This record gives sequence, C-alpha cells and structure tokens, in this order.
Amino acid sequence: MKVMVSVKRVVDYNVRIQVKGDGSGVNLDGVKMSMNPFDEIAMEQAVQMKDAGTAEEVIAVTIGPAKAEEQLRSALAFGADRAIHVKTDEEIQPLTAARILAKLFEKEQPKVLLTGKQAIDDDANQTGQMTAALLDLPQATFASAIEFDGDKAKVTREVDSGLETIEVDLPAVITTDLRLNEPRYLKLPDIMKAKKKPIDAMSVEDLGIEEAVKLNVTKTAPPPEREPGVMVEDVNELVSKMKDKGLV
Amino acid sequence: MIRDQNTLNGILEAVSRFVRERLVPAEAEVAEQDAIPDDIVADMRSLGLFGLSIPEEYGGMGLTLEEELEVIIRLAHASPVFRSLVGTNNGIGSKAILYSGNEDQKQRYLPPMARGELIGSFALTEPEAGSDAASLKTRAIRHGDVYVVNGGKRYISNAPQAGVFTLMARTDPDEPGAAGVSCFAVDADLDGITLGKPDRKMGMAGSHTCDVIFQDCRVPAGALLGSEGEGIRIAMQVLDRGRLMVAAASVGAAERLLRDSLRYAEERRQFGKPIAEQQLVQAMLADARAESYAARSMTLDAARRYDEGLPVTTDAACCKLFASEMVGRVADRAVQIHGGAGYMRDYRVEQFYRDVRLFRLFEGTSQIQQLVIARNLRKEAAW
Repeated sequence: MKVMVSVKRVVDYNVRIQVKGDGSGVNLDGVKMSMNPFDEIAMEQAVQMKDAGTAEEVIAVTIGPAKAEEQLRSALAFGADRAIHVKTDEEIQPLTAARILAKLFEKEQPKVLLTGKQAIDDDANQTGQMTAALLDLPQATFASAIEFDGDKAKVTREVDSGLETIEVDLPAVITTDLRLNEPRYLKLPDIMKAKKKPIDAMSVEDLGIEEAVKLNVTKTAPPPEREPGVMVEDVNELVSKMKDKGLV
Repeated sequence: MIRDQNTLNGILEAVSRFVRERLVPAEAEVAEQDAIPDDIVADMRSLGLFGLSIPEEYGGMGLTLEEELEVIIRLAHASPVFRSLVGTNNGIGSKAILYSGNEDQKQRYLPPMARGELIGSFALTEPEAGSDAASLKTRAIRHGDVYVVNGGKRYISNAPQAGVFTLMARTDPDEPGAAGVSCFAVDADLDGITLGKPDRKMGMAGSHTCDVIFQDCRVPAGALLGSEGEGIRIAMQVLDRGRLMVAAASVGAAERLLRDSLRYAEERRQFGKPIAEQQLVQAMLADARAESYAARSMTLDAARRYDEGLPVTTDAACCKLFASEMVGRVADRAVQIHGGAGYMRDYRVEQFYRDVRLFRLFEGTSQIQQLVIARNLRKEAAW
C-alpha cells in the first residue's frame, strides 16, 4: 500500500523554551528545530511497514518554511521514498493544515495517512482528526499498536480509561502515540542518500487552499515557577501538613 | 564527500543525538566493565561510524577531513574510548591500505572495515622504537612468495579486536634507517602471531592495547603495501591525518569537560550562591572556553587546507601539540571546579582527566611535535 506521513518542524524537545518579554509568543531566534517527536513515531511506523513489505511507497509531507526541508530530509533518511513540501512562511493553524493534507491525500490516494497525535509546539491535537473529517474517512487516534489486514486496520488506542482496540476500514487517518514504537537512529549513509531523493515543492496557493479563519494568540506566559518542597519526618507530619493546606 | 551544509548538519545532529542518548548514559558502565557493551558496538556499526573516511566506492561515506573532524568532535563529547574504537578504522588502520594498497587489497579490506565488521590496527611502535620509529627492529625477510616476520610490537591500539594489522617491518636488514622499512596488511589470524595480555593503562578503560608478537610468521608476498622501502613514507602520510584526528578528539573532550564543569558550577552552591558566580571559578571557565575554541578553529582550518591538497605537516603538528596540551589544562581545571567531587569516580571529569593524558603521548608526543614544527620552520625559512 501507499502510505503518506505528515511531519512538522517544531522546536527541539531538548530546548528550554523562553517566552518573549512582551508575551507575544516564544523566542525562536537561533533555537534548534527538529521533527515533531510524535511524527518521528509515525515515520518509524511507515518505514517498519516498508521493511515488512506491507507498504510499497512512503511519501513524507510537510507544511512550513524553506528550512522545513531539513525535516523532510530526515524523513527521507528514515526511509521515505519521496517528499512533498508545501511552502509557507505563515503560521499554519490546524484547520488549514488539515485542508492541505486532505488535498494532498486526494491527489496521492494513499491507503493511510499517518501523523503524530499532536505537535509538541502548540499541542493542538486537531490536525489528524480534522483531516479525517474533511475527507470523510475513518480515524484512529492515539495509536499504540497497529495491525493491517487487507482493507482494514486494527488499532489499539491509548484512552483515558486504558486501551481501546478498534477496527477501521482503509483508507483511514491514524495518529500515533508515544508507545507505538521507538524511532530508529538515522544511519549516516542514509542521511547522505536522502540528499538525492526527490522533494516536490509547492505553495499553499498552488493547491488552491483557502487559509482557515485565524485563531488569535492573545498572550503567551511561562508556567509558574515550582515552589521548593519540604521534607517531612513521617506520615503523621505529612498528613497534618496536608490538612493545614486544606488538601485532605 | 558531502560538501553540502544541510546534509552535514543532518549527519552532525544524528551523531550528537546518538552520543547524548546512547553513549553518554553508558559511560559509567564502560569504565566499570573495561568494555563497550556489544549492543552499543552494534549500534555504532549500524550508524556508520566505522566508515566515515573510507571512500563511497568501498562502502564508506568518503567524508572530507574537515567533515570527518566535525563528526569526531561530536563523537568525542562522549567518553574518549568510543572515538578510539572507530579511530583506527577511520584513520591509521585503513589509510595505508587506501593510499598504498592495490585494488585487490582495497576491495578485500576496506568494505568490511567501513561496515565495522573488520577492525584494522596500526602496528608501528616497538619496545625500542617509539618516537624514533625509523629504528624499528621487526624484520620481514623475503623467502620465495612469503615474507617471514619476526619481532614484537608494543601498545597496539585495538589489537585485541583487530582482524588486520598495518604492519611496519624491516625488509632490508642492511639498511638500518627509514629506507629499509616496508608496510604490510597482515591478517591477524595468520600462524605465528600472538597477542600479549591487554595493557593495564592509566585510563581509557574500555579501549584496549596490547603487544603483538610475530614469530616466524609467514606473510604472503601479496600483503606488501606499495613497494619495499616505502614503509616510513606511508606511515608519515598516515600520521598527518592522525594528528588532526587527535586534535579533534581533544577539542571534543574539552568541550564536554567545559559543559560538565559549567553545569556543576551552576548547581553547586557555596557562600550562599552558585560557585559559577565566583570570579575565580569564572576565570577557569572562560580560559577553558577560549582555549578549546582556539584549538577547534585551528584544527578545522588545517583540515580545510588538507582537503584542498595543501601541505599541512607543520600545521597538523601545531594542532596536535596545542589541542592535546589544551585539553590537559581544561581537564585539570574541570577537576578543580568540581573540587573534592572531581576526585571521585562518580563524576566523569575524574575519568576524562586520566583519559586525555594519553593525547599528549600517542601519535607523536608533544616533544616530537615541537621538533617537527621547529625542523620545518628552519627548513622553510626565507629571509
């Protein structure tokens, strides 16, 4: 089958995020950027399918600035066969991203769209669901295990109450959760080979997509500093302290 | 060869991630067990770390020297023994075969070396021939279609793991100097080769050296690299690169020592504030930063000129001299910043302090580098 994987360029998970002084956002100047970790899990899933012979072709897709090509090259080094880069310097909101992905899905006709359950920058957790809705396709979100069987996929989902296993008809949109797999380390020769794989670049306008109504970020603030803890001697003291604070 | 910044960035990022997530967490175990766990060695192979400098047509990545040193600096952010494991295949263990071997020899040895399945080792040093390499005594005397080798090699890096030795031996016993020495690619499983016990070293736990003893070892004549008498010339060609490699390893180790020291200084509180706010501690941190930056700059500069085909013998000696002495000072300051903790095995600076002491000794001592630099200065002087 043909598999499409959507990957996003985000601030690297190791970076200590600094909020801008005026609260208008976070500081991205000179900050290290990487592929969204949940999208890496989606890439790993796709490449495992290729290794196992379940997938014949893996197409990586990203929406973002020229520099997002770095993340596409990583996807190609993972093992994607080719890539599509929808270039934009604008901040893309989930509905716009979903419209773009839906358009590319219609064009490429893959059996499955894999993407991370959410991106670690805005944690919106919407794009996968919206894309499925726009395409009127089944969706299986928060996947921690996926099994393909003919025109169906059995997906184990991580939900609040535990694990839920559902069966969806293909084509479908599947979003990947943390425990689905452990992404591989990219091999250095594969990174070099990725340079020669094709990337098809286009603009949002080329696809005839209308940008979704803007959500406005009104304020960005750092989380409150954690107050230092106190050491207690025994359980009794712990209980009485908790009572003092009105916690029990 | 990459020559493309985006791809190089991808490579460097992949190496840094592997170092951070896989190698650094294993450092204490490696030091304790005096061995790199098999699964980590397997991962280093699959990442491609053994074939950095081996040309693409032989299954390696064919990086330029500058690119390779950028990788080595990142790799050296972890314990120096990891760099040491891949060091011989990327450097002195493969280069003589690459530069002076014929096509058969290259096809036979380089692809398995690039994959890390075959470890190459460089057998030059002897009990009585260290800095004065051209005085080596190991003999390889031609009898028909074999050379019969007798002699002992000392402190040979990765010898316990080696599948092939780049051996320097005297083929002309009547010529006591450099002109009597030839170079061979010798399979380690030949009869007549025995290995000594692994040396008990000051540091570098997890990296192994030992004696290699040749007793009536019959080496096929086809193992000769280049022509008879070219051995020392080949060795010297290999050493320019090797010296820059040690300089890069020194830079990487210094950057790591600085990072550990800075973190410790920010966390450790005395007199009511982090010791990083004490100006005398700041002076040590600042000196370490300035010196490691200088060494990094000169090393990459020399590598760029090597890649352009310019002669770098003097500069490679300068880099090796400065960078290895620099990392000695940085390691000393790192222990000092850590105070009593820096003397404890629980902190990696204690290990690095002992490990980097080696860098001033191998691939030519600091004193040999000084002699090389001064000799070339005088030779090239123009008034």
